[in-house]
Amino acid sequence: MDYIVEMLSITKRFPGILANDDISIRLRKGEILALLGENGAGKSTLMSILFGLYKADSGTIRLRGKEVHVSNPNVAGELGIGMVHQHFKLVQNFTVTENIVLGLEPIKGLVVDLKSAARRIKELSETYGLNVDPYAKIEDITVGMQQRVEILKMLYRNAEVLIFDEPTGVLTPQEIDDLMAIMRNLIGEGKSILLITHKLKEIKAIADRCTVIRRGKVIGTVDVADTDEAKMAEMMVGRAVSFSVDKAPRESGEVVLDISGLNVLSGRKTQAVKDLSLQVRYGEILGLAGVDGNGQTELVEALTGLRKTQSGTIRLKGVDVTHATVRARILSGMAHIPEDRQRRGLVLDYSMEDNLVLEVYGLPPFSHGGFLDRKAIRAHADKLMEDFDVRAGEGSLAVARSLSGGNQQKAIVGREIDHDPDVLIAVQPTRGLDVGSIEYIHKRLVEQRDRGKAVLLVSLELDEIMDLSDRIAVMSHGSIVGIVDPKSVTEADVGLMMTGVSREIAKKGEDK
Amino acid sequence: MKGLRDLFTALAAVILGLLAGAVLMLAIGANPLEGFSYLFRGGLMNIERIGNTLATATTLTLTGLAMAFAFRTGLFSIGAPGQMLMGGLVATVIGLSLHLPKWEMLTVILLAAMIAGSIWGFIPGYLKARFNVHEVVSTIMLNWIAYWTVYYVIPAHFKANLETESARIPDYASLKVPWLTEMFKGSFINLGVFAAIVAAVVISIILNKTVLGYELKAVGFNRTAAEFAGINVPMNMALSLGISGALAGLAGATFYVGYAVNMQIGVMPSQGMDAIAVALLGANSPLGVVLAALFFGVLHSGKGFMNAMTGIPPEIGDTIIAIIIYFAATSVLFTRLFDGLRARFRRGQ
Repeated sequence: MDYIVEMLSITKRFPGILANDDISIRLRKGEILALLGENGAGKSTLMSILFGLYKADSGTIRLRGKEVHVSNPNVAGELGIGMVHQHFKLVQNFTVTENIVLGLEPIKGLVVDLKSAARRIKELSETYGLNVDPYAKIEDITVGMQQRVEILKMLYRNAEVLIFDEPTGVLTPQEIDDLMAIMRNLIGEGKSILLITHKLKEIKAIADRCTVIRRGKVIGTVDVADTDEAKMAEMMVGRAVSFSVDKAPRESGEVVLDISGLNVLSGRKTQAVKDLSLQVRYGEILGLAGVDGNGQTELVEALTGLRKTQSGTIRLKGVDVTHATVRARILSGMAHIPEDRQRRGLVLDYSMEDNLVLEVYGLPPFSHGGFLDRKAIRAHADKLMEDFDVRAGEGSLAVARSLSGGNQQKAIVGREIDHDPDVLIAVQPTRGLDVGSIEYIHKRLVEQRDRGKAVLLVSLELDEIMDLSDRIAVMSHGSIVGIVDPKSVTEADVGLMMTGVSREIAKKGEDK
Repeated sequence: MKGLRDLFTALAAVILGLLAGAVLMLAIGANPLEGFSYLFRGGLMNIERIGNTLATATTLTLTGLAMAFAFRTGLFSIGAPGQMLMGGLVATVIGLSLHLPKWEMLTVILLAAMIAGSIWGFIPGYLKARFNVHEVVSTIMLNWIAYWTVYYVIPAHFKANLETESARIPDYASLKVPWLTEMFKGSFINLGVFAAIVAAVVISIILNKTVLGYELKAVGFNRTAAEFAGINVPMNMALSLGISGALAGLAGATFYVGYAVNMQIGVMPSQGMDAIAVALLGANSPLGVVLAALFFGVLHSGKGFMNAMTGIPPEIGDTIIAIIIYFAATSVLFTRLFDGLRARFRRGQ
């Protein structure tokens, strides 16, 4: 068999953990090999070794059958290995061409020869169906386009092996389809692709083979055509996983959160939320769908008190809280699972027990007369960590930084639900988590709804929105373009609405 | 674990600083063993010198605590010199204007010095909270405002014979008390040493046991998470700098109406800047600050003796302190070394 990349018996140890334990993967020329594994399974470490960011403790890397030593990313580049990172590495106010040539600028006399570079980029773009304008500025083009610029960067450097690290997280459903088509073009032109992902559906749709990694070890490699999503999920987690969310229908109740005519400015002083009105009711999960950057972040920040509003009102349980402090909103029944758990949700240098009282440390029983009650705080943490299955080496005394992403998120979810909120604003509650944790968190959100509480679920994952929501509000360009019943629309309908073009579909699926 | 690592880091910085000092002594042709022996004897050889070391460490402990407290809230205040000056000025003014029984007098002086210092700390705190003025800039400016205020007020209203210093602080307004002075055979030691110990204990309690400390540290570690939790971030920053200022104001009182007998004009107190080193070496923990202040106290009071006995310039003492600061500031190197050694030790087992 003709392998282009072979990583054989790779072992990499970090203090305290064996990140890669005798891992071998083989990429055939002209195929898409998916690398599937939970967070912390060792996928990123393995790819970092291939890309020259880490050095393996033992094991060999072979390229076209010949052993190579990838000592740094420049060597990887010379060997024809390129990587599209999860977070793009682009200069915002440079053009596409300037970004692509950065580091190997073609020189003509004393000046950079951008013209010939742009011509070559245009050619490449046409060959692979990328449709990128070499003279556009990065800040003016969509996220999907920016990703194509990253792909062009690799192609411009004549990469033969392309690594995609979680490439679809930031894309709309339409853009995901386009990306799949691009990947097929790349394969058609003889490139080989390593795809790191936790989205089983995408593996099924595009990959040829799939290598599953669990706790640093290879569990197996399967031909995607001969397997199904459930089988792959089981290999990844080590037990059977249920995909469908059990959710009995129920009547929603009174309005608990009433937003009317809300206007909010973004950090860059652009109108992020425009004249937005929305009502969330007791006993429902209201899903807020939308492409990243359409005002969801600003809306949530305005609702929770982290951002000032320009005009409009926010009523919580009938009380106007438009100008209330964050603390006042928390105390009157609002909880918030923030988008960025490490930046907003946790004080990473605090112990878990301190983090689990982040909003209530000042209230009895956690403090009396201005002094903290350590015993009560610890008991609280022990209980929450057990209830929500948060695993940490040193239990409640573990520093938050030392926990895995999934455990950090479970801790936040536990803390917020423990406040027994009337309305829980959950933003991307399962971002970057493995299927086991996702299943668990989904169950908890539905439980909250079944207890008659309200959940406002803001997510970029359409699957999640479709599965969990009782109603879906679609947001585009700062406004709600429609509210639909998930049972009467398809994912594609919602995807189209997210682009803001079609109100027809909204009519088709309008509930009552 | 963290405590052990901090201790390792601090000791490594001190040892490397002393080694560098030894190299310098060799370079000027002196015998380092002799030099160090006189340096430490100068700080510790008899009860009077120990008293002087303690008196030096008193002021350094208080300014060090002031720095450490601000650092813990994520604020790089360098306002301790100005806050010391304002605390010292108010203490001097009261000492030379009021006439009360000694204990009442001292209570008034210490409280007033703390209030003066805390106002001088609260101003940059407020500017930071309200207008996002960087605390480094505003504290430096306030240092100079304090400097020139002293420069004007003392000669204009409180001088005796010389233009450059205030009149002598009367005994009833001085932190020096006869029993303590006699116990340490006439050294500069004064009641400030107890104030410093109490302050270290109080700050330790605030940081570790109280709701206030929880909030301040949360703001210091992660401002956005503190905001998310509903903690009033601007108010906490202003409060933190206010408390920090109160400590530095207290340091000013222990220096100008305790250690010294009058207030000189035109001097920016070096203890305010040395405090950064004390806080760094003490890893921003109250106990660490006390230990670091004692160590620097020894160096400060011993360097003159070393110079007198060996001809090694006293600046070598200052150089050692400076080098220790460098090593303490690059402590991440030692932290890595410590973790590496520990990992190797574990694997070896």
